Amino acid sequence: MQDSKSVGVVIPQYVQIDKPLQLKSGLSLDSYHLVYETYGQLNAARSNAVLICHALSGTHHVAGVYADDEKSIGWWDNMVGPGKPIDTNRLFVIGVNNLGGCHGSTGPASIDPRTGKHYGASFPVVTVEDWVETQAQLAEHLGIEQFAAVVGGSLGGMQAMQWTLDYPEKVRHALVIAAAPKLTAQNIAFNDVARQAIMTDQEFYGGNFYAYDTLPRRGLRLARMLGHITYLSDDSMAAKFGRSLRNGELSFGFDVEFEIESYLRYQGDKFADLFDANSYLLMTKALDYFDPAGSYDGDLSSAFRVAKANFLVISFTSDWRFSPERSREIVKALLKNKLNVSYAEITSSHGHDSFLMTTPCYHQLVRAYMDNISI
Amino acid sequence: MTDTIAPSTIALRPDFAAIAEWINPGAKILDLGCGDGSLLRYLRDTRNVFGYGVEIDDDNLLSCFRNGINVIHNDLEAGLSSFASDSFDYVILSQTLQAVRNTEGIIQEMLRVGKEGIISFPNFGHWKNRVQVVSGRMPVSETLPYNWYDTPNIHLCTLGDFEELCQRCNARILERSVMNNHYRPVNFLPNLRGMLAFYRFESRD
Repeated sequence: MQDSKSVGVVIPQYVQIDKPLQLKSGLSLDSYHLVYETYGQLNAARSNAVLICHALSGTHHVAGVYADDEKSIGWWDNMVGPGKPIDTNRLFVIGVNNLGGCHGSTGPASIDPRTGKHYGASFPVVTVEDWVETQAQLAEHLGIEQFAAVVGGSLGGMQAMQWTLDYPEKVRHALVIAAAPKLTAQNIAFNDVARQAIMTDQEFYGGNFYAYDTLPRRGLRLARMLGHITYLSDDSMAAKFGRSLRNGELSFGFDVEFEIESYLRYQGDKFADLFDANSYLLMTKALDYFDPAGSYDGDLSSAFRVAKANFLVISFTSDWRFSPERSREIVKALLKNKLNVSYAEITSSHGHDSFLMTTPCYHQLVRAYMDNISI
Repeated sequence: MTDTIAPSTIALRPDFAAIAEWINPGAKILDLGCGDGSLLRYLRDTRNVFGYGVEIDDDNLLSCFRNGINVIHNDLEAGLSSFASDSFDYVILSQTLQAVRNTEGIIQEMLRVGKEGIISFPNFGHWKNRVQVVSGRMPVSETLPYNWYDTPNIHLCTLGDFEELCQRCNARILERSVMNNHYRPVNFLPNLRGMLAFYRFESRD
């Protein structure tokens, strides 16, 4: 069913960028392409553009549906659309698939023009800074000199922050939602278990599984199951599944018995079919490496000294992956720099995934904030 | 930048005007328990201040967003650890003192974070309150509109009580203004005739 307030049918677009990209790792890419979608109209002053940055498994398909698949609703369709908190009647909204991803932008599953084969394991490690650079190239392609806002949740929020550091003149507002200024040891540990699950799968073939016409399905599945646990909260799992049994009674075996097992396996299977294993490794590495304070002896407020944007920082009470305390670290650094910042801690039981949910208070705040952005 | 205050707004909220009188144009302000953000918005519009509100209530937070002011969702009782020492010209606590549990702690934090503090509160020593207490009932008035059983006000005080607390907190009172129930200045017998009290203070250290 198509929501009357949906942006409707959308078509992805591609841009080929032939300007070499110098990566933070020291490596470079001579050329690459990005897949993106846009919603709403860019105004004559080109002042109403909003960039949406996606999280670990997100895509450029933020809102609307594809003509050939009515189930293909964008991942933030509840937030972006006509009359929605990020209102496409007023704003020109852009979703882009990050470099290294697997939904159409150049990534490990793409063909390396130098070899004629899949990049696979040879695709360079990309960082949040590298993504911001590629997004800046896209902005240039679209003729956008300054974004009214850069918006993102989780890893997307990190990109929004990075934008204000790398291009302070090009971002008027940054919405940093369910994010953190850097990963903790525990966060990195979860990511590494996920990576190990993939890399120790025999079907991984050192990242060159494409050549063997296979994929590390078991590893990807485990990685996603683990990730999924960290996106939910204990309370939301208890409320949704509790100790419910699939067949109503214990079977004293190791097949699926509890509903939560069934749910996680389903999520894992679905993901393994859709997501590229090498992209997953890259995305988790980008998370691990993000640390803008790293170059400033760990002092986040020094890192933000160059920033000029106005900020909205939002966290969720039940998010234990990037808890409210992590958002408050960001807020503290922004306050120290006397930047315009508002901070909201939303009561929600949905854990890290709360940023994707239609919690009324959350959506009202984003709407009120976006409505005040002059274009 | 403007130094003039829209007369209509003064008529609307004379307590805002009383605070604005003490604020230097362009000052950096922290408004604790900022409610719907209208004081901060008023100070921004009339005094060109830059500042943040601190608020715990979700509905008020949304009103602050709509008022276009910076607001930090934070429980005052948990202190002001997000804010660096001496980072504001004024820290304001407008008609919130009486609802704060850790009264002394908040005043200490105001003195740490701001160069000056401004506190306004309803004077429990106002003669109307006294009459009601003498007649055997808890006071209900314009500035204290709650019944005893549903009031958020847990720490009511008089001018004398507050001045004693300032002593205790090592705060030097720089200025005081008192208003009667018609929002007019009170100079004679302020602890009896004053309904709203305003204090500007700094740390003695």
